[in-house]
Parts: sequence; structure tokens; C-alpha cells
Amino acid sequence: MSPIVSLRNVKKSYVRGKQKVEVLHGVDLDIEAGEFLALMGPSGSGKTTLLNLIAGLDQPTTGEVRVAGKRIDSLSRGALAAWRARHIGFIFQFYNLLPVLTAEANVEVPLLLTKLSRAERKQRVKIALELVGLADRAKHKPNELSGGQQQRVAIARAIVADPTLLVCDEPTGDLDRQNAEEIMALLQALNRTQGKTIVMVTHDPRAASFASRELHLDKGQLIDAVAHA
Amino acid sequence: MKYFRLVWAGLWRKKARTILTMLSIVVAFFLFGVLQGVNQGINEVVNNLNVDRLYTSAKSNMVDGIPIAYRDRIKSVPGVLHVSHWTFFGGYYKEAKNAIPAFATDARELFAIYREIKIKPEYLDAMERTRTGVLVSEQLADQYGWKIGDRIPLGTSIWTNKEGSNTWYFDLVGTFDASEFGGGFPSFYINFDYYDEAKAFGQGVVHYYIVRIDDPRNAVSIAKAIDTQFENSMNETRTQTESQLQQTQIKQIADINFIVNAIVGAVFFTLLFLTANTMMQSIRERIPELAVLKTLGFSDNKVLVLVLVEACVLCIIAALVGLAIAAAAFPGLKVILGNLPMPPIVVIMGVALAVGLALVSGLPPAIRAQRLNIVDALASR
Ligand SMILES: Nc1ncnc2c1ncn2[C@@H]1O[C@H](COP(=O)(O)OP(=O)(O)O)[C@@H](O)[C@H]1O
Ligand SMILES: [Mg+2]
Repeated sequence: MSPIVSLRNVKKSYVRGKQKVEVLHGVDLDIEAGEFLALMGPSGSGKTTLLNLIAGLDQPTTGEVRVAGKRIDSLSRGALAAWRARHIGFIFQFYNLLPVLTAEANVEVPLLLTKLSRAERKQRVKIALELVGLADRAKHKPNELSGGQQQRVAIARAIVADPTLLVCDEPTGDLDRQNAEEIMALLQALNRTQGKTIVMVTHDPRAASFASRELHLDKGQLIDAVAHA
Repeated sequence: MKYFRLVWAGLWRKKARTILTMLSIVVAFFLFGVLQGVNQGINEVVNNLNVDRLYTSAKSNMVDGIPIAYRDRIKSVPGVLHVSHWTFFGGYYKEAKNAIPAFATDARELFAIYREIKIKPEYLDAMERTRTGVLVSEQLADQYGWKIGDRIPLGTSIWTNKEGSNTWYFDLVGTFDASEFGGGFPSFYINFDYYDEAKAFGQGVVHYYIVRIDDPRNAVSIAKAIDTQFENSMNETRTQTESQLQQTQIKQIADINFIVNAIVGAVFFTLLFLTANTMMQSIRERIPELAVLKTLGFSDNKVLVLVLVEACVLCIIAALVGLAIAAAAFPGLKVILGNLPMPPIVVIMGVALAVGLALVSGLPPAIRAQRLNIVDALASR
């Protein structure tokens, strides 16, 4: 079976003023369907940059990015937006919920871009909130929820449209240990019971230990791999 | 429609600020509604003043007369709608003490100019058919007991006719009601064409041209244009408005009109900045949220439209509230406007203005949102 994500000689540089800074120096990476990959490394090593490339938020300077069999490194902005809506579920460090919407309305947002009817959307939102254990908080606004609960809403939003890939950037970075463990356990369960492929950036080894594979990024290069049981 | 919740939620991101912005738009459109209503009312008043009439006579002396040939040249002046004329005939009925204010005229044009004088159309038709016809006021007909079909002899000390007689005979073809003019309206009209042909001397001359113009506010300039035509000719003219006093009133009304428009303009200009500023601020605060929407797959154009729709919703709701209050306040303006309801056109203009306001103030932040780079915005760069 071919990998669900495959990067070939991916380079990414930013232009800062007159200076060109290369952040990723030729990354090769394959991720199999059903994997739970932890991408680790020190701050500034390029983890977020790499994740953004995989998620179609940004495009490489050179190299190939293939997700679910499709080259996404040269899609137009518009095509990329539509592609993300279909294939990627996002989980951020600071949850990034819309503060004026209730939990259920937040979870519904990705479904607005689909052709689903109102009733179908409601049904899906309900299931997603149940999966993350927040069915009883559906009518709450983000500021009425704890950090851990907000991240659960964000996870529900990420899975509601049944994406090909979940990408998480420091999902426990803003949580205390207790909540962090609960979130990691939830992600692990989604990986194991729902078969979700997950790519997670973290610098927390404890969080990484929930993944099925760890990769280390240092100064823009992948250096080693540790496989978990 | 499914996006409406997003728009609505975005609108109320900062309740206090949205309400303040809405209030100022409400006030502006209330002003707009009332002032535009007043404007319409003023136009109504001006149109009812009947000062759309000018009088052209010889510059030197009224009795000198001016050529009938001037009629077409006066008619060609821009703003002139109708031209008729008066030539004094005078005369008496039976005895010299029964003086009759008789004038030769072009009756059809004359009554098109004096719209407040009521005459049946068939009388005008009869007057055109009957060369020797005469139209008299109901009051005069009553005074002498004249009936339609009567042949009325009119004595004159001035106009001997070609037969050498000082008595002219006219056939009464119709009457008119001049009561609304309020006194002083000549009441015995004969056909100029017949009179001019039948008299023994002094052909082709009238005493006054009466001119109806399209807009009373242009009275002075049109009068000037008429006189300029005949400058340095044998017969120079002097054109005056019906009443110099009314003219001054109109000038003042036109000034009020201008002030009203200037106020509305200034208010809107201020409002535009205020709304634009609010929208811009609101978008700036929501940049991370907009970046999230884009992350989740909302296209650049979808985000642009969401922001524009938000601006439209804000402006249109507030504008409708303002206009509604203005419409409700209209009966209170009875003193100025009479019994005038708010004209529907004001509402249509108002909504169009609200959409314009929304687009102008919403476009800069909408474009900013459209261009927003996700990666930079998420990293708050
Ligand atoms: N849009 C950008 N413009 C300029 N420099 C950037 C941009 N994105 C990332 N960088 C730089 O690239 C490097 C890697 O960034 P990032 O991928 O965010 O690191 P990490 O997520 O591992 O902390 C950093 O030095 C960062 O300053
Ligand atoms: Mg990072």
C-alpha cells in the first residue's frame, strides 16, 4: 500500500527583508494510513512549517508533497482551500474556536462547506460531540468551557467532516498535565478505534509517547525515528 | 443562508461597539428621511406658488407694444414651456361707464399658463373655431346677464375696425372661473388673430407676453435670457417675474434646500468614516478567526463576501430603523409639510444609500480579509 502522505526533497525558504532563509532542507517523509506520527524537535526547527506543508496551508519552495495520491504542492490557493476542507482536520495549540459561536455551532463550521442538509449536519455534529465526550456542553460558548473542553470541541470540529488526515500543532501546549493526558488519550483512541491518521507536532515527550511513531526534526532536517509499540 | 449565523455572530463580536455604530447610522438615516421628506415638501410648496410665470413687455413703455413675431423666439428659450400674450382692447358695453377689461389673446396657450383658472375644454375648442368668439369670466357674464350664444356689442374709442365702425361684435362661446386667481384677472378675451386682422391700424403688435417656465427657481435666469435675445433691437424687452416678493421667498427656499442637502451630505461623510473605521477595527480583531475559517477551507472570496454581507446587514438594519422612525415622525412635521406622508422614493433612496455605505465602508476590510495569509495570521506574524 502506498503511503497516505509522502514528501520528496521538500525545501522551504522564507524571504526576510533581503535575506533568504531556508527552513526545511530537503525533507523526505512517508506516513502510512492509520499511523499516529509525533513530529518532535526544538523550537524553531521547522515543525510547524512542515506540518503546514502536509496540511496544504502553505506550499514548498521546491519538492513534492503528495497526500492521498494527489500532488498538492502546486495547487492554486482556491483549489487548496477546497482540498483542505475535504481532507484535513486541524487541531491547534490555542484551540482557535470562534468565540461567538456555541460549541455545536463551532463544530458545524466545516460542514457548512459541504452539501449536507441542515438535519444531516446536526446529526454529524451530535455524533462528533459525543465522541469527544462533550454532548452535554453543546450550547456552551468557548469562554464557558475549560481549556481541555475547548480542545475537545476543536477535536470534534476536526473530525466532523471525516477528513483523510488529522494534523495537530502542539495540541497539549496550553494544557495542564491532567488535561493533556486526557486529550492525548482521546487522540490515541481516535487513531486506534476510528483508524484516523494523525500527524502531531509536539515538543513534549510525554505527549509524543501516545503516538505510534516519533520523528525528530532539527534545523530543518529529519534526524531519526523511534518506533513505539 | 447557512452562513448567516457566521455573519450574525461576527456582527455581534463586540456588542457595545456594534450598537453604537448602529445608533449613529440610525440617527443619520433618521435625519436623511426627515430632511429628504422636507426637501420633497419644499418642492411641493414651490410648485404650488404659481411663480412659474414671466411677463415680457417693451422696455421703454408698456403701451409701445412688441412684435407678435417675438413669440416664437421667446418660445425657443430653454426652460420656456408656454407663451401667450395680452393686448389691451378696452371697450365698453352699451354705455361708456360700463368699461370692460377686454384683451386680445391666444386663449389655448393662456389657459395652459394660468392653470388655476378653470375652463371647460370644449369652450377652448369653440373659441378656436369661432373667429369672433369671446370667453368671459362667470362673474362678468352674471353681471350683464350674458348667455352662451349671445352676440355682444363692444364699443371702443381706440380701435376703429376696417369697416370704419367703433362697435365690434363678439359671440360668447364660453365662460371661465377665475375665483382662485383672486381678483384682477382680465375677464373678457377675444381672439388676437381676428382682432389683429380686423382693426384698421397698428397690426402685429402685442402689449405683453406671458411665459410659463419649467422651474420657478430659474425665473431670474430665464427672464434674463429672454431679454438678451432682443437687446439692441428696435424693440428691447423687459421681462419680470409675477411677484418679486414671491421670488425672494423661492430664493430662500432654494437656500434651505441647499442647506438641507449639505447637512445630509456632511452627516453621511462622517458616518462613512465611522462605519469604515468600525468595520476595519472589527476585522483587525478577528484576523485569527478569519485565518481559522480559511484554514478550514473557506476560500478567499467566500471570506470577502462574508465581511461585505456583514457590513450590509449592519447598515441596512440600522438604515431601516432610522427611516422607520423618520416615517413615524412625519405627522409631527405637519406644520412645515402639510399633510404629506413620507414619499416611498425616500425609503428606496435610503436603502440604496445604505447598501452604498456598506460597500464603501466594508470593502477595505473585506479585501484585507480576502488577502489574509493563513500561515502568517496563525503565527500572529
Ligand atoms: N512565514 C514566515 N516568514 C519568515 N520566517 C518564518 C516563517 N515561518 C517560519 N519562519 C521561520 O522558520 C523557522 C521555523 O519555524 P517553525 O516551523 O514555526 O518552527 P517550530 O514550529 O518548529 O517552532 C523559524 O526560524 C521561523 O522564524
Ligand atoms: Mg511551531
